[in-house]
Amino acid sequence: MSEASHKPNDPDRLKAGGVSNGTAVNFRGGGFAPKPRRWVGFVVFAGLIAIAEWGTRSGWISALTLPRPSDVLDTFKQLYSSGLLFKHLVPSLSRLAVGAAAGVTAGVIVGVLIGLFSYFRAGLVPLVAAIFPIPKIALLPLFVIWFGIDEGSKYALIAFGTFTPTVVATYGAVDNVDRTLIRMGQSFGLSWFSIVRKIVLPGAMPGILSGLRISLAIAIILLVAAEMLGAEYGIGAYILEAGSLYDLERLFAGVVILSVLGVVVSAVIGAIERYLLGWRN
Amino acid sequence: MDIRLESISHHYDDFEVMRDITLDIADGQIVCIVGPSGCGKSTLLRFIGGLERPTSGRVLQLGEPPADCLNPLTYIFQDFALLPWRTVAGNVSLVLEDHGISGAEAKAIINDVLDRTRLTDFASALPKQLSGGMKQRVAIARALAVKPAVMLMDEPLSALDSQTRELLMDDLVDLWTRQPFTAVYVTHNLAEAVRLGHSIVVLSRRPGTIREIVHLDKPLADRHFGDADLDERQKYLWQLMRDEARAADAELIHV
Repeated sequence: MSEASHKPNDPDRLKAGGVSNGTAVNFRGGGFAPKPRRWVGFVVFAGLIAIAEWGTRSGWISALTLPRPSDVLDTFKQLYSSGLLFKHLVPSLSRLAVGAAAGVTAGVIVGVLIGLFSYFRAGLVPLVAAIFPIPKIALLPLFVIWFGIDEGSKYALIAFGTFTPTVVATYGAVDNVDRTLIRMGQSFGLSWFSIVRKIVLPGAMPGILSGLRISLAIAIILLVAAEMLGAEYGIGAYILEAGSLYDLERLFAGVVILSVLGVVVSAVIGAIERYLLGWRN
Repeated sequence: MDIRLESISHHYDDFEVMRDITLDIADGQIVCIVGPSGCGKSTLLRFIGGLERPTSGRVLQLGEPPADCLNPLTYIFQDFALLPWRTVAGNVSLVLEDHGISGAEAKAIINDVLDRTRLTDFASALPKQLSGGMKQRVAIARALAVKPAVMLMDEPLSALDSQTRELLMDDLVDLWTRQPFTAVYVTHNLAEAVRLGHSIVVLSRRPGTIREIVHLDKPLADRHFGDADLDERQKYLWQLMRDEARAADAELIHV
């Protein structure tokens, strides 16, 4: 240590470049903070499709292993121009809408009841835990007997499948509502119903909506399963038919529709979140 | 309307929290309750507002609250307790809706209380956009909206930094000077107690009992930051509490 170190901010020393003798402190912060990179997702998709296209054209992927993406696109165009696309899509979407709406509504109601009342919690939580792990597809024959071979059993299967995850997400979300807000409501003499409507439900909404993402993905899976078992029209029926004929182009066209459906549902929930949960960030 | 606490005792299972607390809270006065941590001062406040029940003893309202009073016993919480999904005006309107006040009447009340807390320009802001001090002012505006007979303030300034705390103390003194209100003010900060309290109740450590009640006669408006006589009272309070606070600090937390 030189004499100068006793006067740490001596301007002459700073000007003389006394500082530059030291080594720079290594930067070791940063990271652990994902940032939005919109285009990367598209690049990954496009890259995979390009590899498949190149592979099938050059021959190192045989036509039996993977259909050529451009052929899948042609099949899709045919499907659209023949009007068959909407003939399959409309019944599927209506089954999805009715089934998921019924399951989610019942799930939210039961979840809120479990969240608010000790007896509902004690009685229903074990029941939900018992139902949750049952593969709902295994129950399809039972639903056919109960609700008939046509739409009823499909609605029931989708509703049942979306019900349990919605219940679990909802009561978890109600449990997580800030108790001090509820105390505040009580201290201002708000009625029980007002507290539930104006404090508990909005407070639980983030958890309910993230549960909805999972429930609706399950709904799409169950939709296809239900349609595979007995439906003339529907994306599931279309995929099943293509699969039994080993028509890979049509099989993939059907799978692409499902993927797009998943992305659309996810985007819709994202939009609902932005609208309802704008107060968060 | 006065409040009287009659020999309040409380215990959880065999764990005694407070013993035989009798206290009168006079109309138009601010009573500060100070004490070492764990002496049950916040619990006492919850008894007064009816959010919890003591094991024995009673909390009495003496006289009727004023006719226009919507919620006689109104809290202001340490963590503000604002609904994050409602705007400033919406948070105030929340406590009016259940009393059937809406439309122009609600608007008039909201405008009035936001004006008194100098928040008029922020009526449509969300809580996340506000600083801590502003959030607490919203909570104060919300409390004023229901025209309380007694304000129950649970460490209202403890979540704020010391500069904001000074500013808000001035605000509270202004509000009181313009229109005296009754308040029970729980705090662990003795500086707040000597600035805002007409009387200061010193609780002992657990089980909490009233150790001493200190009265301050100096008008609130004349009390300022760093006044020598207030410092003297603050030192006196600290002398009373010091050993107890140290003993309380060394205790295991009971959960």
